[in-house]
Amino acid sequence: MQVALMVPCYIDMFYPHVGIATLELLEKLGVDVVYPKDQTCCGQPMANSGCYEEALATEEHCARVFASFDCVVTPSGSCTHHIRNKFNAGADSPEKQNLVRNTYDLVEFLHDVLKIREFPWATFDHKVALHTSCSAIRGLNMASMSERVHDAVFSKPKALLSGVPGIEFAEFERVDECCGFGGTFAVTEEAVSAKMGYDKLAFMQKASPDCIVSSDMSCLMHLQGCARRQKQDIPFYHLAEVLNGVSPWVGQSAVGQSAVGQSGVGQS
Amino acid sequence: MSRPVDQAKNAETFLADTVHEQRLDTLLWAARMRRAAARQVPEWEELRTLASEIKEHTLSNLSDYMIQFEARATANGVIVHWARDAHEHNQIAYDILAEQEINLLIKSKSMLTEECELRPFLERRGIRVTETDLGERIQQLDNQPPAHITGPAIHKTNQDVAVLFSQKYGSDPNNEDTAYLAGVMRENTRPDILNARAGMTGANFVVAETGAMVVATNEGNADLSANTPQLHICSVGIEKIIPTTESLAVFIRLLARSATGDAITQYTSMFRGPRKGASMHVILVDNGRSARLGMKRFWHSLKCIRCAACMNTCPVYRRSGGLSYGSTYMGPIGIIMMPTFEIRKYSELPFASTLNDSCTNVCPVKIDIHEQIYGWREVMEENDQIQVVKKEAMRVADKVLSHPALYQIATTTLSTALEVLPHFAIYNRLNAWGKHRDVPEAGAETFHAWYRTHRPKTNEEVRRG
Amino acid sequence: MNSTQALSRNTILDSVRANQPAAQPMPTIPHFHTNHFQTNQPADLVAAFSESIARMAGVVVTEDVPDLDSFLRARFPDAKVICSAIPEYAGTIKPANLNHWSEASTIDVCVVRSPMGVAETGSVLLSDTELQVNTIAFLAHDLVVLLDPKQIVPNVHDAYEHPHFKLRSYSVLMTGPSGSGDIGAIVVHPAQGVKSLTVLLKPPPNVGKRTG
Repeated sequence: MQVALMVPCYIDMFYPHVGIATLELLEKLGVDVVYPKDQTCCGQPMANSGCYEEALATEEHCARVFASFDCVVTPSGSCTHHIRNKFNAGADSPEKQNLVRNTYDLVEFLHDVLKIREFPWATFDHKVALHTSCSAIRGLNMASMSERVHDAVFSKPKALLSGVPGIEFAEFERVDECCGFGGTFAVTEEAVSAKMGYDKLAFMQKASPDCIVSSDMSCLMHLQGCARRQKQDIPFYHLAEVLNGVSPWVGQSAVGQSAVGQSGVGQS
Repeated sequence: MSRPVDQAKNAETFLADTVHEQRLDTLLWAARMRRAAARQVPEWEELRTLASEIKEHTLSNLSDYMIQFEARATANGVIVHWARDAHEHNQIAYDILAEQEINLLIKSKSMLTEECELRPFLERRGIRVTETDLGERIQQLDNQPPAHITGPAIHKTNQDVAVLFSQKYGSDPNNEDTAYLAGVMRENTRPDILNARAGMTGANFVVAETGAMVVATNEGNADLSANTPQLHICSVGIEKIIPTTESLAVFIRLLARSATGDAITQYTSMFRGPRKGASMHVILVDNGRSARLGMKRFWHSLKCIRCAACMNTCPVYRRSGGLSYGSTYMGPIGIIMMPTFEIRKYSELPFASTLNDSCTNVCPVKIDIHEQIYGWREVMEENDQIQVVKKEAMRVADKVLSHPALYQIATTTLSTALEVLPHFAIYNRLNAWGKHRDVPEAGAETFHAWYRTHRPKTNEEVRRG
Repeated sequence: MNSTQALSRNTILDSVRANQPAAQPMPTIPHFHTNHFQTNQPADLVAAFSESIARMAGVVVTEDVPDLDSFLRARFPDAKVICSAIPEYAGTIKPANLNHWSEASTIDVCVVRSPMGVAETGSVLLSDTELQVNTIAFLAHDLVVLLDPKQIVPNVHDAYEHPHFKLRSYSVLMTGPSGSGDIGAIVVHPAQGVKSLTVLLKPPPNVGKRTG
């Protein structure tokens, strides 16, 4: 099976190491991965703003780029949720249907398709505050939600991360409350967005984690921005990096360290 | 034509008041967690499905049920009135009161009467109105609309209320004890309850089969308002109709647990007809509801039973405060209902959401709130309610993002990339991202570029393929 | 109906007819008995009822109260006006003695019998039949409700089968004393209604012999 790797636009630009970690992880697992070079974006930022007319060309381009693949994996819950559940800026097409059917978030792919639970090449002797995005929880059913009190409690990201030796999870309050990113909400309702981010960080910090991990870089981008503004040094990792076993310092400090290949926490 | 409500700006103002914001957020999160009372009910999810189906059945057969209700209520001795809009509702209410020369009206909480702005209408015509619900009374005395649909004054601290009561009632401004304040309210409202010759209530449910109005309160103030005087007016939106007493049980089991976590409210009352010598009127109000029934994407919002669970769970509501919406109904249900009243005035409300979907999952009648929020955003685009500058920025983004060569050129430098990516769209508030957050820094190279150098073979293969 | 009203009525009905979506079916409503009170024994129902009403600050008296008057005098020593709506006890006044329904505010303690309790919620049913003057259960300071423990039904679905809901002009499921959480979400008692609600589990007098 050949897998096409979809790297969201903001990861391409700001967090390429997350794309690299995802690629390396899949290669370690023996997956035949290719990266269609003409990919750009799934159109979510425009579509979520209501500007679906302005998402049309991007959406169609995305569908075309991945048309020949029957398995597309992306390290982004929000992009997967958008493609699977909201990919309708324009008319339907066989390419679109193909993409809708065959796109997986990385966690889904590892947990449900490859059914991997162990990552023996990795260690992570740290206490992790695990953040799971609203897209992942409520859009993709990747973890249970506290609104539904009768559902069994489960978390696919946590199940995967538990397979990394040494890892410990911090228990914090309001674990499934939204972090406040919300796409363009982050700028249109900046004050509320930031407050939600500050609150999320405060609840996490009460549990004294060593770092914050998520399978959604968009949430982390926002939380990291909030943390740095508050002069909090806590590192942020994408789940792919932890599972891949290479943990460069992600912290985009004011000094502007390059993220790739930096020695940091967790390297043995 | 009204200018759009700037909910974001109002929220920012609310957030600056850290005392009130923190209190609201803490109180309502606690309310949200009390919803775990749903654990008492193993069939909770089945009840939600039933409630949703009962409402959808009723709304899709509404004309028949309205006629059935009218016939039963009339046979019970109730006088049924029909109001096409808010003004007609207010006029009917006034006419009923004026005919009896009523100059004091006591009433229990009714969001519909807020929607119709009944109080100022009556007060301008010489009828004094006393709200008997504690939260509504606080807001009435403070000249503010309700900030939440079940706890109208939930955003106020005890100190706020103590100061307010001392100004209006002469009570002790330094006594912030909740029981003391509730006692002050009781003492000052009781004379009006005893002397009023007319009382008004709303209704949570209207039972077509028996012609009955059902009202749920914690205080019993609807019972007092309806039973003490000899004239009872009950105002209700047409969407509140349910078919049978049997179906009522489903909703009663869901309502209080969703609102406060209690199994039931202290008073779940049913008014079927006037007592001997007294009169009971029901005003059925449309005010845009029948039109909303025809909106394919949005008519499900008519299922709402006004429990406020969506508000309690909404992280945006808890940080913004109910008054920030500038509307009768607020929070998630508000932002999907209000555009049906005035599309321009409320054109920004559907954007007061992170699309986290929590609301949909707590709604006892399974309204697809988050999907309607998304749908309204698209409607705003179709109706040219989206700011020109924002639309233009999105257009540029679409052009660049649909052309790989343009995209790759744009992303080679941080500054050009920032112009492209709508996340950092500079259309609305300049450098808004950076107001409270650090801006992410671009990697040394994009993933695209890295892949080209580190995986040249596969890159080549894909290009050929 | 005057002509304006006729016009309004027709306008609304026409608009509803034109807009209502395609008819969807009415679901069947189960009564969910299997999940609750497996044995359905009266003792279990009493226990569940007591627990439910206690959560809402209601009080249950399970022990035998042979003399209602002494019980009330002991429990409410300052009470001067005791309004009894039950035939077997005189109190100091009867609902019929009230000239106006607002006069119920002079009542210190109101005594009434409820025909049904609900275990799921701790509610007691009252209607204009039991109350005669509806305001006695709201304007009085304290409320005492007599309830035959055998008349406790398991859940709200059962409760709404009671004929009162189809026949009475006023009926109420009452659960604990009047309360409000409108200030700071702290529930305080009383709000506008009664300060306390006490349920006496006591069958009515002269209950006929039961068979089976």
